[in-house]
Amino acid sequence: MTTMTTRRDPGGFRRAFRRNLTAYGFLCAALICFAFFSWYPMVREFLLSFQKTNFVGPAEWVGLDNFRTVIEDSAFPAAWLNTAAFTGLALLVGYAVPFVIALVLNELRHATAYLRFVVYLPVMLPPAVAVLLFKWFYDPGPGLFNQILGLAHLPALSWLDSTSTALISLVLVSTWMNLGTGTLIYLAALQSIPSDLYEAAELDGAGLLRRVWHVTIPQTKLILLVMLLLQIVATMQVFIEPYLLTGGGPENATVTVAYLMYQYAFSFGNFGGGGALGLMLMLVLMVFSAVYLRVSRDDAN
Amino acid sequence: MSHGTVQDSGPRLRPSRPPLAPPPAPEKRRRKAPRQQFRGLVSPHTLGTTRGRVIYWIVLSSVVLGFTAVFVFPLYWMVTGALKSPDELARIPPSFFPDELNFDVYAEAWDQLELGTFLRNTVIYAAGAWLFTLAIDVTAAYALSKLRPVLGKAVLGLMLATLMIPPMVILLPAYLTVKDLPILGFNLINTPWAIWLPAAANGFFIFLLKRFFDSIPRELLEAASIDGAGPARILWSVVLPVSRPIIGVVSILAVVGVWKDFVWPLLVLPDSDKMPISVGISSLSAQMPQNVLMAALVIASIPAIVIFFVFQRSIMAGLTAGSLKG
Repeated sequence: MTTMTTRRDPGGFRRAFRRNLTAYGFLCAALICFAFFSWYPMVREFLLSFQKTNFVGPAEWVGLDNFRTVIEDSAFPAAWLNTAAFTGLALLVGYAVPFVIALVLNELRHATAYLRFVVYLPVMLPPAVAVLLFKWFYDPGPGLFNQILGLAHLPALSWLDSTSTALISLVLVSTWMNLGTGTLIYLAALQSIPSDLYEAAELDGAGLLRRVWHVTIPQTKLILLVMLLLQIVATMQVFIEPYLLTGGGPENATVTVAYLMYQYAFSFGNFGGGGALGLMLMLVLMVFSAVYLRVSRDDAN
Repeated sequence: MSHGTVQDSGPRLRPSRPPLAPPPAPEKRRRKAPRQQFRGLVSPHTLGTTRGRVIYWIVLSSVVLGFTAVFVFPLYWMVTGALKSPDELARIPPSFFPDELNFDVYAEAWDQLELGTFLRNTVIYAAGAWLFTLAIDVTAAYALSKLRPVLGKAVLGLMLATLMIPPMVILLPAYLTVKDLPILGFNLINTPWAIWLPAAANGFFIFLLKRFFDSIPRELLEAASIDGAGPARILWSVVLPVSRPIIGVVSILAVVGVWKDFVWPLLVLPDSDKMPISVGISSLSAQMPQNVLMAALVIASIPAIVIFFVFQRSIMAGLTAGSLKG
């Protein structure tokens, strides 16, 4: 429409030009912020992983050297395995449980405000607070969890100090503090299911489980898929739990890719190696992000 | 995208002159009313039978008890743990109620950990991030939605593309950028700008705001324009007043985001007198007696919980706006 008017009369062109000028005036602050803090770092991530730099002289191109260093690190396979295991375990608990909770909450007619409030409460806590709180619960001596195990006459666990339980302990904290988000999102999705579908299913003689399987799940399929992708992307970036709870130990049992990346940059002073790890993580996560965008766009149309 | 949750709760616009009244609140309540007859998996009939009622109450009470144990009890343990003496904390089995209510530990934590400084820093970072986010993202969304410049779609696309990049993977280059800003050469490390400006570059907020602005009828803006209002004035006195719901959502998400953030401030605010509270407490946590640390954690969680108490509705609206795009 604009091009039509511009071609016909010069006054229209001037007006369109001024309108564009105003628009970009309004946009310029955002453009500057995005350029500096999003777009440029994205480009620089690529540069960083192929460069060696000491921040004094100019950066030196080293090709794939950074990748080689990182891959030959003994912590590298551990980091990817742990990240995969963390994501898998976090999904196992953090993906199914909120859905079941939401299903139950959706049927309740009392105390719903309280239950919603309470389930979302840990999400509001700063993650550092939640993690430090759990660090205290995991304390092998008087820690809450071992005391509870003791009450049930179960043997005490060494939680964060044993290679077999450390990763699971991280998953527990992470699940506790993030459960509320999924639950409330599923709850919103469940409430948009038309009730006549349930009525029809019931008239056809479908029992409770069949109603879930044939009505609830198909009706919430999209949100289930979206949440799956979102959670994979979020949990694969896990950093704060290993950073505050275990420092990657014991014996690399809780090193994650993001944590190793941080270590490369800030403990070993090797930003190139950190960049290489970041790039690998980015490539993996981009696959999930791309599917996510695709799914949510299909949904929009 | 056309039936977003946020849009649905949007105001009914009347073609009147600015400033407009805020969206009528009763509207929302009336909308909620049919939910009372809402039925889920279980039919009202089954619920009406004696057996149904018994099962319902068993499920209800176990859910209430279970939730309280899992989500509230840890917080109770934290608050009371801070009241116990180190001896009592180490005792096995632990005491359910503290021996005495001694609030001195809270005062001790406040002084020893300089929580005042940390809290003040956090408030400054959150408030600044809020102001910059609103100022920058609202103007940008307005320009993209209502002024529709050449290449506007491409700009929006590039902004939304940043949502695909998980923050963790560009952490290092972003840190290096903040340390030595290209072209300008500023070092923003240990300055609030390192929190404020990156927080404003938020594609999701621009997306939310633009989607809301798109729903404001053109005639309304045209009427203001005929009255001689320029784009800035239209934004200020027409668009902003009717956009209160979405601005509330974005505000809360922005403030809570900064309050909860850990990794970014850990990197860009290394000086202990510049740290926000999360980073400050965790950097000192190893040297603190357990009860003092618990008191510090309680103090750090109070603001977040108060925000949640007050703005529950908007927080939940933001939550569903974030995921249910359909």
